[in-house]
Amino acid sequence: MPEKASTLAPRVDALYYFLISVSVFFATLIFVLVIYFAVKYRRRSATEQPLPIEGDLRLELLWTLIPFGLAMIMFGWGANLYFSTSRAPSDASNLYVVGKQWMWKIQHPEGRREINELHVPVGQAVKLTMTSEDVIHSFFIPAFRMKMDVVPGRYTTTWFEASKVGEYHLFCAEYCGTRHSQMIGRIVVMEPVQYEHWLATGNGSASTSGEAPEVAGARLFQEQRCVTCHGGSVSGVKLGPSLAGLFGKSVQLQSGETVTADEGYIRESILNPMAKLVTGYQPIMPTYQGQIDEEGLLQLLAYIRSLRETVEPSRETRAEQ
Amino acid sequence: MSTVAVEARDDFPTATAPREHYLNVNYGVKSWLLTTDHKRIALLYLASITLFFFLGGFFAVVIRLELMTPAGDLVQSETYNKLFTMHGLIMIFFFLIPSIPAVLGNFLVPMMIGARDLAFPRLNLLSWYIYVLGGLFTLCAAVLGGVDTGWTFYTPYSTTYANSNVILTAVGVFITGFSSILTGLNFIVTIHTMRAPGLTWFRLPLFIWAHYATSLIMILGTPVVAITIVLVALERGLHIGIFDPALGGDPVLFQHLFWFYSHPAVYIMILPAMGVISELITCFSRKRIFGYGFIAFSSVAIAVLGFFVWGHHMFVSSQSVYAGLVFSVLSFLVAIPSAIKVFNWTATLYKGSVSYETPMLYAFGFIGLFTIGGLTGLFLASLGLDVHVHDTYFVVAHFHYIMVGGAIMAYLGGLHFWWPKMTGRMYPEGWARLGALIIFIGFNLTFFPQFILGYLGMPRRYHMYPPEFQILNVMSSAGASILGVGYLIPMVYFLWSLRYGAVASANPWRAKGLEWQTPSPPPTENFSETPIVTEEAYNYARQEAVGV
Amino acid sequence: MSESHRALAHQFDDLEQQAEAATLGIWAFLITEILFFGGLFTGYAVYRTNYPQAFAEASHHLDILLGGINTVVLIGSSFTMALAVHAAQSGKRRALIAFLLATMLLGAIFLGIKVVEYSHKFVDHLVPGRTFTFPGAYAPQAQLFFSFYFAMTGMHAVHMIIGLAILSVLVGRAWRNRFSAIYFAPVEVTGLYWHFVDIVWIFLFPLLYLIGRH
Repeated sequence: MPEKASTLAPRVDALYYFLISVSVFFATLIFVLVIYFAVKYRRRSATEQPLPIEGDLRLELLWTLIPFGLAMIMFGWGANLYFSTSRAPSDASNLYVVGKQWMWKIQHPEGRREINELHVPVGQAVKLTMTSEDVIHSFFIPAFRMKMDVVPGRYTTTWFEASKVGEYHLFCAEYCGTRHSQMIGRIVVMEPVQYEHWLATGNGSASTSGEAPEVAGARLFQEQRCVTCHGGSVSGVKLGPSLAGLFGKSVQLQSGETVTADEGYIRESILNPMAKLVTGYQPIMPTYQGQIDEEGLLQLLAYIRSLRETVEPSRETRAEQ
Repeated sequence: MSTVAVEARDDFPTATAPREHYLNVNYGVKSWLLTTDHKRIALLYLASITLFFFLGGFFAVVIRLELMTPAGDLVQSETYNKLFTMHGLIMIFFFLIPSIPAVLGNFLVPMMIGARDLAFPRLNLLSWYIYVLGGLFTLCAAVLGGVDTGWTFYTPYSTTYANSNVILTAVGVFITGFSSILTGLNFIVTIHTMRAPGLTWFRLPLFIWAHYATSLIMILGTPVVAITIVLVALERGLHIGIFDPALGGDPVLFQHLFWFYSHPAVYIMILPAMGVISELITCFSRKRIFGYGFIAFSSVAIAVLGFFVWGHHMFVSSQSVYAGLVFSVLSFLVAIPSAIKVFNWTATLYKGSVSYETPMLYAFGFIGLFTIGGLTGLFLASLGLDVHVHDTYFVVAHFHYIMVGGAIMAYLGGLHFWWPKMTGRMYPEGWARLGALIIFIGFNLTFFPQFILGYLGMPRRYHMYPPEFQILNVMSSAGASILGVGYLIPMVYFLWSLRYGAVASANPWRAKGLEWQTPSPPPTENFSETPIVTEEAYNYARQEAVGV
Repeated sequence: MSESHRALAHQFDDLEQQAEAATLGIWAFLITEILFFGGLFTGYAVYRTNYPQAFAEASHHLDILLGGINTVVLIGSSFTMALAVHAAQSGKRRALIAFLLATMLLGAIFLGIKVVEYSHKFVDHLVPGRTFTFPGAYAPQAQLFFSFYFAMTGMHAVHMIIGLAILSVLVGRAWRNRFSAIYFAPVEVTGLYWHFVDIVWIFLFPLLYLIGRH
């Protein structure tokens, strides 16, 4: 068995053991019955004629309903596990992952960046927001029993909480070309104190320190002139929807639909502003497709996420966190 | 042509003078390449799929050799990626999908229903030529450097980033799909309209039910993958961005369209095998099948349900959680009819008269290995578990248990069973049993360790791997060498038997079924008089029926 | 009957069985065609749901007049095809040949108009690929629309061309008096195929040409 290094791992293993038990039971049952019948009823004379038994409805029902019941238990258990991995807890820290042929780039919210390595503290929920710069990859940590595809053109998210200090494999699990099997790395789980130390100094790892993604995002926001339409109003007229406290809110669109302003919505609105026009605004936002790369988009996302209800991006000064 | 009730007999007297049959009625290359006789077409398929099997097998040998060491030291990564891609493409599209339907189905479907040929014999020949043409395109692609997208062609890698012969291969697969469609169409029309008098649906051998269900899938599913492949080729050739996110396209849409066919495709590969097993179990326990109606309906249920589970290949693809729930529960449901069949086959042995000829040994092997393969499918249907084992060797082991441990063993069992009917010769029983045993042992040694590798986290399609996975990989490769030897043995003795095998009588197994009521090999028209059917299938006993 | 009809194939017992097989066969084949086009329709539906405004704008660049004329032409050709089948069932050779030729003529007109439409698109740089240019911000999604437009109408046109080839074979056989009131299955079967190709167009036209038009 692989190591259990996340809070999810023992739960997945428990389901695994259950399925193994059921499988061993039924496989053994079939093996034993087949061998037993084949031997006990082996042909002893060339002319013997077995009785014609057509079937037995009660047996059919028995071996339909019992497997059905077991299958539903397996389904329910597995579904329950799956649900709990699909929504990250609200206190999870937000990390960003960009996969590209054939490496992983990881951005910590405090600013540290890693390549092919991910340092995390034990006992802290970590939410990963991921995208690919080229083809479909998949972020796989066997010791955590977690895996999520990393798809170009959209964000996928998953989360985990590491439970055991140590080093574990990171694999790419979706075939992505020549060096697919070399797109691997390591996950380093540390005690919280060691982790803080590492964050500050990057001790013993090939990581680089840098600005926090939302700081970089704030800078991009100014450089790309987003602030022109989305920062404060010019003589009372708002050119673009307010971004303050936008993340996670419901947005009313011109088409009548209501959508949630999540990661995917924000990314799409930057790259393809015409796709979801907000009610009450002119369709004048230009597209930034080709002008901002995936990492820049993630930085902007981090910045917009950080904008509280009352803090509008300001034209003159750098936005506060 | 008059029809006469044919009493069920066990044997015809062997002729003393050379008798005319479908093999010697005329000679020459043209008589074979322009034949419309379903039996000859079956043999044409037998020859071509065997060639492809050994080609695909050769690629597997190189793969397993490479995987004996953690480092990528035998071939380069790009070559390795092409090897597993082409192994998959060849084995699935050019061996497994045609195998039982195109060889055994083509030969036996008309005979089992008392007909002189299929409904559309020229379409049958056309479907073989289409298969060969598609195969040539793919071989061309292989010779010109291969393709390295994985048999699944995921976008945007296949449409934009791959540097290999994607379009050529896609065209080959596209063309071959029509071979499958035509075969399915032919079977459906034949079974509906050409059954002998008295042969009602519920008197049909289960082999026919299985091929009917398979044909439904062939005609409904194949066109979807055909158009999907066209779109991939168009996008790659013209850069039109149907699946390219940079142009607003959706790479996951490709996955939906692809798996909509490719999941039912696996039922195309296993349903005919299940049909064969029903024939073998009944003959070699000399008993009626237990639960005929349940097995027949299970075949249809699998075909229908199989169209609604494709999303279980995509649980971690960014598909919605709710879609995942639906696909998971349906995937569990589709397992139930298969379980019902396994229980019914086992129950057929009860109070039977069981013998251990080679076809029966393959049937036993099938039941064991298919059970394991099917049970491991439950692991994959289970959402929480699949997240961990998806795209690992667990999946590889699962589908090889079903495809190789199941489908190929059933194919070999059927080939042995009907070999005397098809060729007029018996294969050597001793060597055949040895071959079956070696295959069984080699298979398990090759693929069981892969379940463990998968749960430990070894991803699939990996050219190099961390050293801690080596021992299990070496075990697997050792098993593969045994399995390879096991497959060579029947190849040798089948060829040997054509010249030196014992001459077979019309019904050497004393089996029920219309195909055994005619000489071995059969005359071109199959029956001298159209049979009239008056009894149920597998009517091995003479007494009145006992039981519920 | 004492002597088999020259068209009775050896595997069938009589012409009825042969006709039944032919009819079931063509229906089964048409179902595969539904699935084949269905893949394209599904892809189109997905993208149209995702990009409704882009698709509407792109659709307005299609020539609704030519498309409408083509629809009428094709429905007319289905009518003449039905008349041809009826003529075959009644054993009327000349009427059969006349209606088959009429169907072919209408089919050829349809294809001719399609050629005109395609050439317009080419001139307007609306053919997907490197030459594609579309004014406005919707360009990438408009290219998606036109990719589906060409794939779907192109695939439809291929089926029409094959249909024309089959019809010409039928005309030849009818000329040589191969059909009669007891043997006309090939005409019926072709009729079903032709009606199917027509129905595909009946779906294509509103889906592609009539987005957001009132």
